[in-house]
Amino acid sequence: MTTPDYRLSQLETLEAESIHVIREVAAELERPVLLFSGGKDSIVMLELARKAFAPARIPFPVMHVDTGLNFPDVLEFRDKRVAELGVQLIVASVPDAIARGLVKEEPNGSRNRIQTPVLLDAVEEHGFTALFGGARRDEDKARAKERVFSFRDEFGQWDPKNQRPELWDLYNGRIHLGESIRVFPLSNWTELDIWQYIAREQIAIPPLYLAQEREVVERHGMLYAVNEFIRPKDGEQPFRATVRYRTVGDANLTAAVRSEATTVEEVIAEIAVTRMTERGATRGDDKVSDAAMEDRKKEGYF
Amino acid sequence: MAPAETYPAVTDVDEPVDVHSAVAEHAVEIATARKDILRIATAGSVDDGKSTLIGRLLYDSKAIFEDQYEAVARASKGDHVDLALLTDGLRAEREQGITIDVAYRYFATPRRTFILGDTPGHVQYTRNMVTGASTADLAIVLVDARKGMVEQSRRHAFLASLLRVPHLVVAVNKMDLVDWSEQTFDAIADEFSAFAAKLSVPDLTVVPISALHGDNVVTHSPNTPWYEGPTLLHHLEHVHVASDRNLTDARFPVQYVVRPQTEAHHDYRGYAGTVASGVFRPGDEVQVLPSGLTTTVAGIDGPRGPVEEAFPPMSVTLRLDDDLDVSRGDLVCKPENAPTATQDLDALVCWMADEPLRPRQRIAVKHTTRTVRAMVKELAYRLDVNTLHRDREATELGLNDIGRVRLRATQPLFVDDYIRNRVTGRFILVDEATNATVGAGMLTPAG
Repeated sequence: MTTPDYRLSQLETLEAESIHVIREVAAELERPVLLFSGGKDSIVMLELARKAFAPARIPFPVMHVDTGLNFPDVLEFRDKRVAELGVQLIVASVPDAIARGLVKEEPNGSRNRIQTPVLLDAVEEHGFTALFGGARRDEDKARAKERVFSFRDEFGQWDPKNQRPELWDLYNGRIHLGESIRVFPLSNWTELDIWQYIAREQIAIPPLYLAQEREVVERHGMLYAVNEFIRPKDGEQPFRATVRYRTVGDANLTAAVRSEATTVEEVIAEIAVTRMTERGATRGDDKVSDAAMEDRKKEGYF
Repeated sequence: MAPAETYPAVTDVDEPVDVHSAVAEHAVEIATARKDILRIATAGSVDDGKSTLIGRLLYDSKAIFEDQYEAVARASKGDHVDLALLTDGLRAEREQGITIDVAYRYFATPRRTFILGDTPGHVQYTRNMVTGASTADLAIVLVDARKGMVEQSRRHAFLASLLRVPHLVVAVNKMDLVDWSEQTFDAIADEFSAFAAKLSVPDLTVVPISALHGDNVVTHSPNTPWYEGPTLLHHLEHVHVASDRNLTDARFPVQYVVRPQTEAHHDYRGYAGTVASGVFRPGDEVQVLPSGLTTTVAGIDGPRGPVEEAFPPMSVTLRLDDDLDVSRGDLVCKPENAPTATQDLDALVCWMADEPLRPRQRIAVKHTTRTVRAMVKELAYRLDVNTLHRDREATELGLNDIGRVRLRATQPLFVDDYIRNRVTGRFILVDEATNATVGAGMLTPAG
C-alpha cells in the first residue's frame, strides 16, 4: 500500500484505532474476554482482534451470553467462526441460569434484562477483568456518552456521572479486585462503517443479514418472521415477504425489514438510504421507553 | 425556523427501500466514497445556540434519522421543531438539570466523515473541554453576535490552543438578531483575531451564521452578501488536516510483543503498536530506547499483510533484523533523531480531581505505552484561564485548574515537546489509590 499524501481513509483510521484499543487491553488487563454473539458488530470486532495479533492467535477467549432464543443460523455461524480462529468459546446460558434459579423468566418473554445477571455471574466465575463489547456510540444517546474504556464497579454497574476522563488515546485500565472495564473498540464506528468494512474485507456474515423470502406477520408496525419463537397470534395473518435482518438479537423480538438486498453491497445501498435508526426499526425491546438503554446499562448490561 | 423538510419514508413496512431514486444515489455516494475523518470539538452553553447548531449540522447533512426526528418533533414546544433536542442527553442529566460530559455525534458528507465531540459549557467545563479537544483536529467556538466575545469564548479558544487543536473556527451565531450587520461581525472577527494571535492559533476562520435558520451553515446565505468566506460545513469539509500530523520525527512506542510460537511462525517476533509520528519503511535503520541499540526494520505488517511504509495513526507490527530484547514501553526511533530521555517532566497540567494536586504528592504517569511512578516536585504557577495571569503564589491545583508542574519520574520517559509532537508530548496522571484519571499533561520546554 502506498499512500503518497499519508492519509488514511475513514475505515483505515477506525480500524487502526480499534486495533490500538484491543492491543492496549491485552497488554494492560489480566483476563480479557470478547463478547461474541455472531451478530455483525461482534463479527467485525472479532476480525479486528484477529488482525491485532496476527499471525499469533487471539490471546483471550470469546464468550456468548446465550439466551436460548437464538436464530439457529447465527449459532451455527458462531461455532464455525470460533473453530476457524482456534479461540476458546465460553457459553453463559440463560436457560441454565433459569433452571438454577439465578434468574426468573419475565412475563413478556424478553430475556434482555435477565441476561445481565447471567453475564455478571460468568464474569465472576471466570475472573474476567475486561469485557470487549461491540457497541457503537451512534446506536443510542446513552451510548453516545460512554467511554471506550468504561469502568464498572464490582456489580458491573455503569455510573454515567462518575466516568473517568478519557484523553487522547491514553486509556486507563486500572481496577481494584472485583471491578472490571467494559471496552468498546467500535465506539466511533457507524452502522454504515460496519457494513462498508464487511464489504471491503469480505468478512463472512450469517445469511440472515441478506434478503430472503420468509413467512412473516406484521406486529406493532414491524415485520416478524414466523419461526419457532414467533407464532402468529389471533388476528395476525401470516404472509410471504422478502426481508432481511438489520440487527440480530433474540429470535422472539427481532424484526426484519423489507429488502431486496441479496449482497452486502446492496445492503449498504439500502442502509445509506434508510432514514430510520436500526434499533428503532427492529428492536421491540428498545421501544419501551426513551431511556430504556440507559436503565439497562446502569444494571450492568452492555 | 424554516419549515421542516421531510425525507421519504423509505422504511415503511409496506415498501422496500428504493435504492434507485436521486436521494438514494446521493446517499449511496456519501456512504461509499473514500473519505477521511475530521474530529471536531464544540464547546459552549445552550444559550450560545450550540445544540441548535449541532442539530442543524446533523439535520442538514441528513445524519438525523426519521425516528429521531419524529421523537424531537413530538418533544418540541411551540410551532418549531427544536433541533437542540437532538443532542439532548441522558435522563439522569435531564432530571438533575446537569450535563454530564462529552457526547459524540457522527455525520458524513461525500468528502468526509465527522466525529463531533460535544462538550457542555458550564459545569466542569475545563475537564470536559480538554477531554473533547484532546483528539480534535478542529474546534468550533460559538459566539453570540449580540454579546460578542465573552469570557467563555476566550476560555474555549484558550483551551483549544493549549491542547494544540490545529484549526479554530469561530461561529458568530444569531446574526439574524443583529440585522446581519457586517460591522458587528467585523468587530467580533477583529477582536478574536487579535486574541488568537496571542495564543498562537495556527489557523482561524470566522463565519457569520444563524444556526436556527441555517444561514451559512450548509448553504450561503442571501442575508450576508458581504461575506465571501466559506459556509461552516464547506470549511469543515475542505480544511486541510493532512499536514497537521508530524511526519518528520519517527516515533513508535511498542505496545505489545507478538510471538505466535507456532509451527508455521516459529521464529516470528513482532513489535505491535501505533505509529506516533514520522514514517517507517522496511530497511530503515532504527534505534530502540531505552537500550539505545540499533538495528534495521526487516518488515512491517499491517492489518492486511506486509506494507511498504507506516505513518500515523497506523497500527502495525514492526519486525526487526536483530534479535533484541524489546518490550512494551520501549520506543523505536531513528538513530539521528531520538526523543529526549528524561525523568524530569515539565508540563502544563490540567487537574481533574476533587482532591487537589500538591507538591510532594506521588502519582502514576502514563505516557505512550509506558507507565511510571512520579513525584510532584514543584508547582511553578497556576494559570487563570480567563486572564492568562500566572499565579506564582499558588500552592495547589484544584479541580479544573491548569498549572505548570514539574514531576520527577522513577524511570526515564522518551518525550518531545507537545507543541512539536502531540503524541510523545502528552501524558495522563492516575491516582494510584483510587485508580482514577486525575490529570492531563502537556510537556513544554522548561522556563
